[in-house]
Amino acid sequence: MKRLLVLGGGTAGTMAVNKLRPRLSPQEWKITVVDPDEVHYYQPGYLFIPFGIYQPDEVRKPRKRFLPSGVDLVTTEVDRVVPEENHVLLTDGVRLDYDYLIIATGTTPRPDQTPGMDDESVWRDSVHEFYTFEGACALAEKLRGWDGGRLVVHITEMPIKCPVAPLEFTFLADAFFTEQGMRDRVEITYVTPLEGAFTKPVASRYLGDMLDERKIALEPDFMVERIDPETKTLVSYDEREIGFDLLVTVPLNMGSDMVARSGLGDDLNYVAVDKETLLSKKYDNIFAIGDASDIPASKAGSVAHFAMDLFPENFLRHVQGLAMHEKFDGHANCFIETGHGKGLLIDFNYETEPLPGKYPLPGIGPFSLLKETEMNHWGKVMFRWIYWNILLEGKELPVPALMSMAGKIREDV
Amino acid sequence: MPVTTLNGRSVHVNDEGFLTEYDEWDEDLAKVLAANIGVDLTDAHWKVIHFLREDYKAQGETPTTRRVQQVAGIPIKEQFVLFPKKPGRKMSYIAGVPKPHGCV
Repeated sequence: MKRLLVLGGGTAGTMAVNKLRPRLSPQEWKITVVDPDEVHYYQPGYLFIPFGIYQPDEVRKPRKRFLPSGVDLVTTEVDRVVPEENHVLLTDGVRLDYDYLIIATGTTPRPDQTPGMDDESVWRDSVHEFYTFEGACALAEKLRGWDGGRLVVHITEMPIKCPVAPLEFTFLADAFFTEQGMRDRVEITYVTPLEGAFTKPVASRYLGDMLDERKIALEPDFMVERIDPETKTLVSYDEREIGFDLLVTVPLNMGSDMVARSGLGDDLNYVAVDKETLLSKKYDNIFAIGDASDIPASKAGSVAHFAMDLFPENFLRHVQGLAMHEKFDGHANCFIETGHGKGLLIDFNYETEPLPGKYPLPGIGPFSLLKETEMNHWGKVMFRWIYWNILLEGKELPVPALMSMAGKIREDV
Repeated sequence: MPVTTLNGRSVHVNDEGFLTEYDEWDEDLAKVLAANIGVDLTDAHWKVIHFLREDYKAQGETPTTRRVQQVAGIPIKEQFVLFPKKPGRKMSYIAGVPKPHGCV
């Protein structure tokens, strides 16, 4: 009996076992998922909770429900992987042996990594985040009672999970305060370590213009050194200071500390893998999928999804000692909520930046790339249903895994 | 990739002026690149630049400011003093390695 062990039952880990279980004989393969949390969260939904658009219960369901029969779930924390000996130690002392290991432990916001950020006098009071369930709910509570002032939306350092989410939060905040009739009492500043609103030039220009139109100030190239909890100020390494009444920050994102303890991580605890096959660069029987790997793509469920369209075939060939043929291209697409019932869509990969055009059908759509439409907003709204009912179970979506240039318009920056 | 003339010889650069061929770099070229962006090279600068060159060669990737702090022991604060405003971008430009990918 061969043993496949999957650490992490989030988006990538769940999709992987749903796709692999039917293709690995139950007589030959035992599959076990290890995840200490019995709840599966729909993380894209966190964005909507602060504004009361989603209620907390709409984004969580029991994890077990999404794992296929024939897959065991162990709800204990992992202490470390011992890759030389092909086993994993759990914090309760149990040892799990494996023939193949898939690391899918994701990435997590780490406010403790920036001095002053999680100081108890400000944390979840005037300093908030929306990348955890608890954080999103606490921010919803805060916004309900807030009567305005200086709102600063801030990214600590790249890479972060879902890099468009802080922009979406900013657009939704602008719409929220407008609808509450208090926009004139809120000064919004978007503070980023990037050179502009987004990482890639064409999208950065479109999104930068959208900040302008909404009278949102942009503070680029801002690398935060610390937060002064007394004066409520962000201080950068080059000694710029930005005061806030309410800071919504995206803390430094790091992979699991378990990855570091196992000696498998880089300086941010991400596992070094081949970016086309997701196989560890060090160990021939370890893969890292989803946000846990160091591939130079967005940390996003969308990337995990497209990668998981190709991964099972590669895995099956690899365990038979055959060369892996499928080559992942870093494909991602993301709906970007822009407020007032509209949204944007971007589609890109390792090589091609987001461009305008139509998706998925060239010239037809129904979705428009890099353009605000109501259809794009409905795409995002529908996506929650798709996630729970199609995506996690590993069923096919009618869009290709690899990015296509068809329907995209190249333009000079 | 476009070719440009720096310090009297032809080198390959990308559209942002970053060298694209690792082996076309030498210290004289680094001085020209540094002068282009108004940086006067001191020993402290060279320490960063040599680390970038070596780490890129070993890892196949340009180290981030965080990695320069953790592995080479040069605090981010100091990197900002040496290469004002945009250390990641400026030091990789002078060292003749790709800009660290900000990741999408």
